[in-house]
Amino acid sequence: MNMIEAINSALDTMLDRDPDVVILGEDVGYFGGVFRATAGLQEKHGKTRVFDSPISENGIIGVAVGMGAYGLRPVPEIQFADYIYPGLDQIVSEAARIRYRSVGQFIAPMTIRSPYGGGIFGGQTHSQSPESLFTHMSGVKTVIPSTPYDAKGLLIAAIECDDPVVFFEPKRIYNGPFDGHYDRPVQPWAKHPASDVPKDYYRIELGKANIVRVGEAVTVLAYGTMVHVALAVVEELGIDAEVIDLRSLVPLDIEAIETSVRKTGRCMIVHEATRTSGFGAELSALVQERCFYHLEAPVIRVTGFDTPYPHSLEWAYFPGPIRIKTALEKILKD
Amino acid sequence: MADRQSTPKSNLAPLSLHVPEPPSRPGDAPDFSHVEILKAGVTPRPAEDSDPAAMRDHAYGLVRVLDDDGAAVGPWAPKLDAETKRRMLKYMLRVRAFDDRMYRAQRQGKTSFYMKCTGEEAVAIPATMALDRDDMCFPSYRQQGILIARDYPLIDMINQIYSNSADPLKGRQLPIMYSSREHGFFSISGNLTTQYPQAVGYAMASAAKGDTRIAATWCGEGSTAEGDFHAALTFAAVYNAPIIFNIVNNQWAISSFSGFAGGERTTFAARGLGYGIAALRVDGNDALAVYAATRWAADRARTNKGPTLIEHFTYRSEGHSTSDDPSGYRAADEKTAWPLGDPIERLKAHLVASGEWDDDRHEALRTELSDEVKAAGKEAEKNGVLGHGLHQPFETMFEDVYADMPWHLREQMEQALAEKDAKWPK
Repeated sequence: MNMIEAINSALDTMLDRDPDVVILGEDVGYFGGVFRATAGLQEKHGKTRVFDSPISENGIIGVAVGMGAYGLRPVPEIQFADYIYPGLDQIVSEAARIRYRSVGQFIAPMTIRSPYGGGIFGGQTHSQSPESLFTHMSGVKTVIPSTPYDAKGLLIAAIECDDPVVFFEPKRIYNGPFDGHYDRPVQPWAKHPASDVPKDYYRIELGKANIVRVGEAVTVLAYGTMVHVALAVVEELGIDAEVIDLRSLVPLDIEAIETSVRKTGRCMIVHEATRTSGFGAELSALVQERCFYHLEAPVIRVTGFDTPYPHSLEWAYFPGPIRIKTALEKILKD
Repeated sequence: MADRQSTPKSNLAPLSLHVPEPPSRPGDAPDFSHVEILKAGVTPRPAEDSDPAAMRDHAYGLVRVLDDDGAAVGPWAPKLDAETKRRMLKYMLRVRAFDDRMYRAQRQGKTSFYMKCTGEEAVAIPATMALDRDDMCFPSYRQQGILIARDYPLIDMINQIYSNSADPLKGRQLPIMYSSREHGFFSISGNLTTQYPQAVGYAMASAAKGDTRIAATWCGEGSTAEGDFHAALTFAAVYNAPIIFNIVNNQWAISSFSGFAGGERTTFAARGLGYGIAALRVDGNDALAVYAATRWAADRARTNKGPTLIEHFTYRSEGHSTSDDPSGYRAADEKTAWPLGDPIERLKAHLVASGEWDDDRHEALRTELSDEVKAAGKEAEKNGVLGHGLHQPFETMFEDVYADMPWHLREQMEQALAEKDAKWPK
């Protein structure tokens, strides 16, 4: 399966398993979603389980909060992460806090799915990576898969989770694991082992990172598309890096990070989002606080620039192989 | 900037910006001359399955039952027995006694904050009595009457207000932001109108599950300007959600008169019609009219005929909250000049006129309720008041952020516990 098919399979599996799971969002019903993630689900499960919504992100999320209060397990879709902002008040002030403020009388067991990230010539409003807005909110979990196998297992775990989860799907790798070389043909998922996705139910626990490459020289922390880009650079340069796919940003697998950095003594953080106050800042601070005496070089961040995501200068903006290579060489020399 | 300073075209009158201004301000005589009060009983009662497009008169008119002599007149007069009406009056008096006591408690420093609903008792209590006990209410912060009408214990309300050791919300919430699933009272949020789409979602869930329960929600007229109001009405109309939207038009949003919510040009009920939602405009100080309108809307929702919007036309008699002084922005004696009177006095007059009540019983009940609230307050004070000691174990601050406590909160909890002895030595 590619990542779209894996997500579709996760949704199908959960619609089958739990009669309280409902899917709503713009174009998700009859049409099956602009990225096909919900294709066929309405036909199979019916219009009251999978349905189209008005174009209103605050409405979609607000209604999902109410459905959760009733006892359903809604999976709202926001068509692009760039369009989640009208729903922010409902996420930060409501979904994230209902359990806390009501002492558990009401909960918001919802999973907000949303395609995110760039590398697709999406310009300013089809490329953003707003994950740090959500990692900054107490009460919300933030999850980002990087393979079809993880996407299905993590999405099932997110849907089953009684906390609100923001589930960002790196749309650049819906169809294949992009390695950052935009000038080369894209490899399809079929050639990647993680495209072997079980049809049936399985889950990947939230809060557990995945060490995708074991190494000794430097720890690379990444998630989403950047896992594949970083991995490709490491392989091309022949560096013995340990590459960790965080998978879940909150809760974070701090143990995996600490163990790795104490072993390697070096830490590079890679994300596509803009740098200032991005999630890399939190990761960097945590590594500095907890691994300070093991560090042999300053923690380094490879990120998008602090500008809106440009259209024509996409590959100048994207933290691709050259920016990662430069950073790796620097951190290994320090 | 430069391009905005072009010379106005000499052949056109310059544009002007309209900034609404209420009819009267401090120092002025109160002015309600713009308020048109229809006579009780003149508004017809349409069938519950009426097409919203045919309800123009109900969105721009005023459903009233109680006339100036206290008689219940016209097609909206609900057929309620005397016992039920006396219970309604008792709940309204209980809320008023409660508000008075808690307002004083705030002034005495027992809590940080309070909000009264004086003059608006009828928009919550008769409405709640017209709903089924298991219908879910999504209130704003000024419908404490819902809890009262569902016999929520006064002492638990006070414990919440005092943030004490028995506070059901463990001291986490600002006073009056109650929550009780058991009483069909959804957790109150400080963020205005967020409850509107949530109530629609609850109603949609009930419909999707083939349940028979409906939802009701309340917001003020000021809050109708929020985007969530628009989203909620759109979703309710699209999915024919079984819901009642209540707009409590008490004419003031803190210091802003209803003109700043768009009330100068139309009624708030009329907003419903534009979405294809049945709309009623009701005398919000007429308990029987509110009861009848809510029953109408509840029957409509419960028979899959869809949502209803009810504007309750009322007046906020007191300050917005204990942190507000209305003498800074409105005429001093508006409260007494307000033409729709006091909801408690009007229901009382009706019961007296029908021989079902009298002044002595009224005064006796008032005293009884005042004593009841006082006793509940004393009981609650045994659990502590705000600022007098630490009423909740420290670790509770970190619980319920998530279903399970993640490592970072566990670490912060340990930090807080370590600080405790230094900050508050035993």
